[in-house]
Amino acid sequence: MSLDIKKTYKLFIAGAFPRSESGRSYEIRDKKGNFIANPAQASRKDLRDAVLAAKNAHSSWASATAYNRGQILYRIAEIMEGRSEQFVAEIMAMESVSSKQAQLQVRQAIDTWVWYAGWSDKISTIAGSTNPVAGSFFNFTVAEPLGVVGIVAEEKSSLLGVVLGLAPVLAAGNCAVLIASQKRPLSAITLAECLATSDVPAGVVNILTGLSDELTPHLASHMEIDGLDLSGVDGKSAAALRISSVDNLKRVHSFSAEKSPERILSFMEYKTLWHPIGV
Amino acid sequence: MSALNLIDGSETSLRRFLQTLPGVDQIGAQERAAMLGTRSIKTTSKKWAIDMAISMIDLTTLEGADTAGKVRSLCSKALRPDPQDASIPHVGAVCVYNDMVGIARKHLDSIGGQSIPVAAVATAFPSGRASRKVKLQDTKDAISLGATEIDMVIDRGAFLSGQLGEVFDEIRAIKEICSDKAHLKVILETGELVTLDNVRKASYLAMLAGADFIKTSTGKVTPAATAPVVLVMLEAVRDFFELSQIRIGVKPAGGIRTTKDAIKQLVLVKEIAGAEWLNPELFRIGASALLNDLLMQRMKLSTGRYSSANYVTVD
Repeated sequence: MSLDIKKTYKLFIAGAFPRSESGRSYEIRDKKGNFIANPAQASRKDLRDAVLAAKNAHSSWASATAYNRGQILYRIAEIMEGRSEQFVAEIMAMESVSSKQAQLQVRQAIDTWVWYAGWSDKISTIAGSTNPVAGSFFNFTVAEPLGVVGIVAEEKSSLLGVVLGLAPVLAAGNCAVLIASQKRPLSAITLAECLATSDVPAGVVNILTGLSDELTPHLASHMEIDGLDLSGVDGKSAAALRISSVDNLKRVHSFSAEKSPERILSFMEYKTLWHPIGV
Repeated sequence: MSALNLIDGSETSLRRFLQTLPGVDQIGAQERAAMLGTRSIKTTSKKWAIDMAISMIDLTTLEGADTAGKVRSLCSKALRPDPQDASIPHVGAVCVYNDMVGIARKHLDSIGGQSIPVAAVATAFPSGRASRKVKLQDTKDAISLGATEIDMVIDRGAFLSGQLGEVFDEIRAIKEICSDKAHLKVILETGELVTLDNVRKASYLAMLAGADFIKTSTGKVTPAATAPVVLVMLEAVRDFFELSQIRIGVKPAGGIRTTKDAIKQLVLVKEIAGAEWLNPELFRIGASALLNDLLMQRMKLSTGRYSSANYVTVD
């Protein structure tokens, strides 16, 4: 005889897996109304802690070599591979899809990490430039990470949406605070367990589960956040979030669910340097 | 008062008095401090607490790398913590090394901060390992440069090896130099005193010798101002008031970096020592990074959104 041990789905903040500081959790059910799990219901204080963790992790992540970041993204794919059965089971439970469809989604998610891992040390070459100037100067433009990016992931494909949101942000050298889908949060937390064991430094990715309406306004107005990916927010709510994000001029984007180097560049900013020739 | 009359400054009399002090219930102190730390202070109370905490800060820079420029910018920040918001009170004092006192005083006076005192750490801070002569001269120098508060360290080596008279005499000697020109804060460096019993004894020793304030730590040793230590010191000043009708101040320093930490301290003050101690004359917080966090929390209260370190000054 063996015990059926249920998993507790918790938050992912600063490399640790705390419950919400509020002590709350909420219930998720599948399409037929069967109980799936009680994930943590993050409060705005958890969000604040997550942003702080991301902010503190940023300088070392941004200054790691692009090659090293690429290696770490690739490592995430390796670790996910070993967990694919669990991902498939969770996707089937939450999305009521066939095992084949779920497997395809996991495959795509893993490929996405590998794809962005390759981009990590190439993007600055492609985006940067040497500019002709009338004077004895070298003039360079280089793309640099923004800082902390808030992500509300697209939720149609619960795992793929999360990876499509995170991978380009990390490849650019940003840190992320991701709000998982309210209805389908399990893949995001299981992904966090992969991130925690794949050399991603603590705080670089922080994942919160809970009620979107409660969390996203604070994400949008937080002055420590420099970019927003609102792919998982519908048009009407997105408009309100855009308004509250203007105070510190956040870069706000919304993407279709596909891979693209544009997604990396969306959360980078350009710095131009003048360097005297012959000194 | 009667118990105090028996103390003539001799080692025997001090020892006899300190032996009458009850031992500290360590678990009890930890539990009580932890329990008081769970108080939730919100909205208008929080705003009041933030402003109170700001007015209690001894804004400190005690680095080997301190420059005149850094001290001047610290003084400007002490007077006007957020240049965009004049409703924020100025801090309690500026705390610097001996040789920076003149620069701080001059700059404060020139920008309208005459009411902000300059505190100097003295007596071979932070270790306290120097001859009595050097320590006295250190203190005299600071006062002559314009310091009106002296933060002295006790000789922990002497205290721990039982030479209580030595420690007592030294505080007395420094107090004599301070006389009415400067407030004397005595740093116990509780992180090196090992037990809470020692914290209680050292607190009484300092108060008996004439301290105006007892201060937890130099900030150079961890642990510094932990909640149980502050609790024991607040009990000491409360009980000393019963004995002598004199109110001694308390200054935790070191490790208080967030608004939450600061508010926990205020709760301790109110609950242990009493509301009389909730003013900058009797309670100070030695800190540098704390001020920025208080300012950011204040912005959060007024704007409703979380602020960022980008909107407060670095030093």
